[in-house]
Amino acid sequence: MFDMLLHDPSLAVLGAVFLAALSGVPGLLLRPGESGQKLASLCAVAASALALPALISLLFAGTTSRYLLNWGLPFGPTELSFDPLSLLFLIPIFLVFPLGSLYALGYWPHLKHPSTGPALTFFYGLLSASMALVVLAHSGPLLLMAWEVMALSGFFLLLPEHESAEVRGAATVYLVASHVGVAGLFVLFSELRVTTGSFLFPETGSLALTGTAATVVFLAALIGFGSKAGLMPLHIWLPAAHANAPSHVSALLSGVMLKMGIYGLLRVLSFFGERPLWWGALILALGLVSALLGIAIAAVQKDLKRLLAYSSIENLGLVAAGIGMALIGQTTGNPRLAYLGLAGALFHLLNHSLFKPLLFFCAGSVLHATGTRELDLMGGLGKRLPVTALLSLLGAVAICGLPPFNGFASEFLLYLGFLGEARAPQPYLALGVPALALVGGIAAVSFVKLFGITYLGAPRSEAAAHGHEAPAFMLVPMAVLGGLCLVGGLCPGLFLALVQPVLSTVVPQAAGFAGLPFNLLWFAGAGSAVLALALGLFWLLRRRQVTSGTASGPTWGCGYLAPTSRMEYTGSSFGLLFGSFSSGLVRTRVNAPAPVGLLPGAARAGYLPEETLLERIILPVLGLVGIAFRYLRRVQHGEVHLYIIYIFVTLLVLMLWVR
Amino acid sequence: MTALADQLLVLCLLLNFAVLGTSRLAFSVRAVALQGVVLGVLPALVHPFSWHLVAIVAGIILVKGAAIPILIVRAIHKADIQREFEPFIGYIPSLVLGALFTALAFIFAARLPLAPEHEGLLFVPASLATLMCGFLVLMGRRKAISQVIGYLVMENGIFIFGLLLAEAMPVMVEAGALLDLLVGVFVMGIVINHISREFSSLDTSRLSTLREE
Repeated sequence: MFDMLLHDPSLAVLGAVFLAALSGVPGLLLRPGESGQKLASLCAVAASALALPALISLLFAGTTSRYLLNWGLPFGPTELSFDPLSLLFLIPIFLVFPLGSLYALGYWPHLKHPSTGPALTFFYGLLSASMALVVLAHSGPLLLMAWEVMALSGFFLLLPEHESAEVRGAATVYLVASHVGVAGLFVLFSELRVTTGSFLFPETGSLALTGTAATVVFLAALIGFGSKAGLMPLHIWLPAAHANAPSHVSALLSGVMLKMGIYGLLRVLSFFGERPLWWGALILALGLVSALLGIAIAAVQKDLKRLLAYSSIENLGLVAAGIGMALIGQTTGNPRLAYLGLAGALFHLLNHSLFKPLLFFCAGSVLHATGTRELDLMGGLGKRLPVTALLSLLGAVAICGLPPFNGFASEFLLYLGFLGEARAPQPYLALGVPALALVGGIAAVSFVKLFGITYLGAPRSEAAAHGHEAPAFMLVPMAVLGGLCLVGGLCPGLFLALVQPVLSTVVPQAAGFAGLPFNLLWFAGAGSAVLALALGLFWLLRRRQVTSGTASGPTWGCGYLAPTSRMEYTGSSFGLLFGSFSSGLVRTRVNAPAPVGLLPGAARAGYLPEETLLERIILPVLGLVGIAFRYLRRVQHGEVHLYIIYIFVTLLVLMLWVR
Repeated sequence: MTALADQLLVLCLLLNFAVLGTSRLAFSVRAVALQGVVLGVLPALVHPFSWHLVAIVAGIILVKGAAIPILIVRAIHKADIQREFEPFIGYIPSLVLGALFTALAFIFAARLPLAPEHEGLLFVPASLATLMCGFLVLMGRRKAISQVIGYLVMENGIFIFGLLLAEAMPVMVEAGALLDLLVGVFVMGIVINHISREFSSLDTSRLSTLREE
């Protein structure tokens, strides 16, 4: 057995999936306490130690192995496939899962949460294993089963704080949206079954569908998988769900589960040999719109985790834009464009699964320290949580796409694609550049706001003033992710090497193209230079501070003698300027009663960013549907006799019909 | 032999009308019990002798003729009700509808694509008519015990249909079906008990308060 493991790395991966699925079981059976959770984290780390080397060796070997599962179910046999596309998507799973599991030891200890802890740990493992199975499944039914387990585990992971109505609402919206998406997948796999005659996935590039059938498959995939990836306008479930989950869960949901949508889309696209141009254009447009709107809405948020959630929409939008670019490149016979698009998209996807969990972990330790997600109640945490602040800064710089971190490298590829390849057949590609630049700019605004309001200035509340640094269990996973972000920025070649074998699965032309117009070592050189410059400046300033001595006192209040921390700039005031630019996109509900009378009493003003799409369009439409169905509910009146009449009438109708 | 079987089936149909037309619960139970016994004898008439058949006949007569009626009579005594008052569908309309359904069943059965050896037999129309009469009782009566009776009549209708296949019916299937029936009646007994305790009446129309709003 052990000998086999050594010879076949894919078995090691399967073993790791099982280990992940079962990691939470001891915690359910043991009496509540630390031991179950520690065992689960140990399992998670072991699973990842087993899987990651195997994954990387398989990926570099570039081979595809299949396992035929001859189960007795009526859908025919199914397959587990280890091809490069699957392997690449397994990497974030086995990276974020053990780190989140370790993080939970400090963030959600069983001792403090005896009622929710064990279940949370169990579903955490189950979610990871089901995501791995989604990626490995090579037939419709198996994928749908794993998908359903994934969606339901996600639902249970959202619910530990179910006393709050907000959490319950978020979980309900998530569940409904998730099942609406699954309906799209049912259409997709049924259509594939009809055209290929088997539930097994067709071979790469072998599906020669045209006309309506191809359009149905593509749109069903776009709706089903796109809603999971949070592409606008199918993103409505995402912000509330990611904001309300415990932070290590948000990290897994945002860092990994969103990618399952991208995986599915790429998988379905890989079936087709020929793809019409409008597919690529549509995905590109959707991606850019998601990126732009996502980050614009993020900029006005006042909830720390909701801001991060909207920024996930932005990042997944960028990934989708890259995929669209690759499709356009393939259809128009431009291998360079195809390469830049797909490599950029997949690289950015890996990056997002590093810095987004990092930022959610940081948000978690802020939450752990202050007990609130409200940006306007924080401030001054940099002094109290120095390590978290540093890692948070690192993550923020990376996610804004600034050097020397990995976000820069991947967005650079996308820029190159938009700027360098906007030639004769598709000059409109150049329009992607300003869009991308705008996204980058707004991202910088958002994350300056996030970092500045949270960590700098004076504390705005009692809780923020008494914040404390997170325990080591929480800091170590964050440091690992931060380190990987830096590695990705300095040596993008390492990440691109992981991405390279995948290209041929989706866009065969891109695989042949390997020469970038520049040497990747420039990233290392320029990145190190930036880093050295920053460190040098820091050292200089520090020295000046030490030599010239510092005096500390309250900020000068223009002579006003009783300044309070409530007079500081808040997140809202920081975002106000941007909010006024984007008021058409993002509506902020301001609740400020006008003063009445000569001597008005104390008054309160508040504001709340609105989920425009959800609250203005989808909920009213659902309300109308509810009214329509109210007539149908009259049929359900509780009279047993009339129910029997229903049965009888049905029977009679059937008898007449059959006759 | 077929002539005798047909006469017994006609008796069954008449018993349907007896159930439909009476308000006395004890009488309905006896009518259904008699119907069960008649039906229990039928397989012996239409199929050649075998020990398997003897077991089926004995089992059916015991369960349908004795066990179930005893259970229901006991429930009637416990709940202390003798009559069905104010049914949804009155007794005369019930009888008229029953006649209508029986006629419809004959018309329908004549048009069914049956196997040649089953054509011209009374089994299919009798089965359909009994089934629909059972439905009629279920729909028209208020008391939970009447509903159990309706359920039994309906089951008898299904049983008549099954007689066509009795030769192919293994003992296990037959035993399973009987056990099913027994459990069904048993569960209904418990439900009846609970209804009467909860609502201090056996009026199933009160159950509408249980629906979700």
